Amino acid sequence: MAANVSTSEKTTDANATAQTLAEVNNKPRNGADVLIQALHDQDVDIVFGYPGGAVLHLYDAMYKNPIRHILTRHEQGAIHAAEGYARVLNKPGVVIATSGPGATNLVTGIADAMIDSIPLVIFTGQVATDVIGSDAFQEADIMGITTPITKHNYQVQDVNDIPRIVKEAFHIANSGRKGPVLIDFPKNISATIFEEALAEAKKEEEIYLPGYQPNTKPNYLQIQKAIQAITEAKKPLVLAGAGVLFADARQELTEFVEKYKLPVINTLLGLGSIHGQHELFFGMAGMHGAAVANDAIQKSDLIINIGARFDDRLTGDTKLFAPNAKIVHIDIDPAEIGKNIPTDIPIVADAKEALKALLKKDFQGPDAAEWLDYLYAKQTDCPYWYNEDQNEILPQQIIEMVHSITSGDAVVTTDVGQHQMWAAQYYKLNHDHQWVTSGGLGTMGFGFPAAIGAQFAKPDKKVISFVGDAGFQMTLQELALLNEFKLPVKIVIINNGALGMVRQWQELFYDCRYSQSLMPIQPDFVKLAEAYGVKGYRINTLDEAQGILEEAINSDEPVVIDARVKQLENVYPMVPAGKSLDDIVGVKKF
Amino acid sequence: MKRVITVTVLNQSGVLNRVTGLLMKRQFNIESITVGHTEQPNISKMTFVVQVADEVKLEQLVKQLSKQIDVLKVNDISEKSIVLRELALIKVVSPANLRNEMNAIVEPFRPQIIDTSKNVVTYQVVGHPDKIDAFIELIRPYGIKELTRTGVTASVRETQPIETPQLSILK
Repeated sequence: MAANVSTSEKTTDANATAQTLAEVNNKPRNGADVLIQALHDQDVDIVFGYPGGAVLHLYDAMYKNPIRHILTRHEQGAIHAAEGYARVLNKPGVVIATSGPGATNLVTGIADAMIDSIPLVIFTGQVATDVIGSDAFQEADIMGITTPITKHNYQVQDVNDIPRIVKEAFHIANSGRKGPVLIDFPKNISATIFEEALAEAKKEEEIYLPGYQPNTKPNYLQIQKAIQAITEAKKPLVLAGAGVLFADARQELTEFVEKYKLPVINTLLGLGSIHGQHELFFGMAGMHGAAVANDAIQKSDLIINIGARFDDRLTGDTKLFAPNAKIVHIDIDPAEIGKNIPTDIPIVADAKEALKALLKKDFQGPDAAEWLDYLYAKQTDCPYWYNEDQNEILPQQIIEMVHSITSGDAVVTTDVGQHQMWAAQYYKLNHDHQWVTSGGLGTMGFGFPAAIGAQFAKPDKKVISFVGDAGFQMTLQELALLNEFKLPVKIVIINNGALGMVRQWQELFYDCRYSQSLMPIQPDFVKLAEAYGVKGYRINTLDEAQGILEEAINSDEPVVIDARVKQLENVYPMVPAGKSLDDIVGVKKF
Repeated sequence: MKRVITVTVLNQSGVLNRVTGLLMKRQFNIESITVGHTEQPNISKMTFVVQVADEVKLEQLVKQLSKQIDVLKVNDISEKSIVLRELALIKVVSPANLRNEMNAIVEPFRPQIIDTSKNVVTYQVVGHPDKIDAFIELIRPYGIKELTRTGVTASVRETQPIETPQLSILK
């Protein structure tokens, strides 16, 4: 659809095929050539994209000055792959799509990256500047569409601005609170000859962003106040979010909590900021978080939030959140402080800088032995649980098995829904940057393409993609890439024949009226995989599960594992939406 | 509560859309907005009058605006000593026999008559929005044919009576 080429396209370069690459490369550079070179200058080693009429010059430039380009089967696949890549390497993922439908197909991924602060630089083609606004073929106002869902966006108006704009875009995407930056690139600008002499003169010109100076160093007085509060606390608690990961501050966080014996909990996106089996780690908090983590929040007298944004899935009813706690909030984005939860001690800083500042001071730690004892008791008393079933496999069992087979070392991507929560609960992560999930936007169809990006980023790592049967069907066309690039991604379909989380809510809050949440008719996932040249496995019984999983996961090939699990299993514990964390249900077996 | 916010921006294409879009996304109601160049080339200043529910919302508004890449500075000047001005053009039915009477009663507002025809006169009135409201109410009985207002623009006075607390995270 997006590959249509405008009929008004002039095919002037009919002789170009006869020219050697060297001859072509000696011609004056146009905007597209300059842009591809700018990507090389930013050390971009891979781009995900899909060509089309408005980006033909760009793809031609790429042909002449090669850059590794991964052709996905849909633009949404490209952007989720770039997100997966960005998440595991903690550097910007790059995406190219054409104008109109190519660009609008990226919108979900852009919004996803925005809300989860994933650094991306996105290039979209645009119709020529003289027809912008005339409803030209494949024209869409992508600037207008993406303004609210990008950290910043540009439309290139002058070919000579390209080097500066690309430099600025990468800087904005990957600094401060990270996020997606889009560059809209009109076709005629990509064909315009670049003025090398002018560029030489402007070479020293630095990026010009007077309105963008993110603060990374913490305020000294605020650090002092935080230290005072920690010293006085009886029930301190560290809430570590994705900000710790983006700042690469796992080591500092671990050192800090070990030094002062502070219990740590995570947000969904913060998982991996401390070892999943660390003795001071009490699990994920929030709607489907550990009972002990939620209880710790409600009983704590000091919450030190490092790089989390107090999302509603974490807090439940904000008015009843952490009623006894003083709040210290460390965040690189000043707008997050006080947005959802009133803050006593705000610290606007990069998580790493703030933790370093805290570590530099030697101060009296809190006397929290009793508090830790309480938490350990609670943890032992209320672990995650499930009721084993005689006849059916439980999804949790599959995730536990995958965890033990991979020893907790795999890069794990998930889609959205029940399996995502179970993966968060049962796959205890050994490292940082090994957890790729769509948190804020909750984008179904994210998990599998994200795994492709993650595998390109970490070719030597085992990449496991837990997906549901429904979400997988949203982007499964990207299976073609596994075969094409021999990507050994292991897709584990937690197949319950339903939109599990929707079904769970309908069971609990709509008297089991399963309106449009069951999917009884499905493709044969094993045959489907084989059609794409990928090995498929099916797990029907618990007895065969371990064997099949071992064989499939230990292979060097891409695999699709269709694990048939119990349909009516629910995710517990659960804090019903809008309720206080105290109203958690399903803490104990029933 | 009603707040007057000034936003200094880089004069890039789309910047007005960014700012108003942000206000819409975060559910702020814009009462009026004026935009124009400043003394510096490439820099424009916007003056908003917005309704905000409380201090927390206000702080969010200022912070979210500040986050925009093209925004250089955001000031909530409501608490300061400021000069607020708005301009209105009001076209009123004014038959010859009433014209003298009308001119006499509006005189304290010092409007300018900028256009007249046989039965219609157009007043230009400049001042605080309250003054313009009062002027409109005064002239309404004569029959307003057309009314247009620019929205508020504002300037902070050089001399401030007392130090006014700035909205600050260090508060």
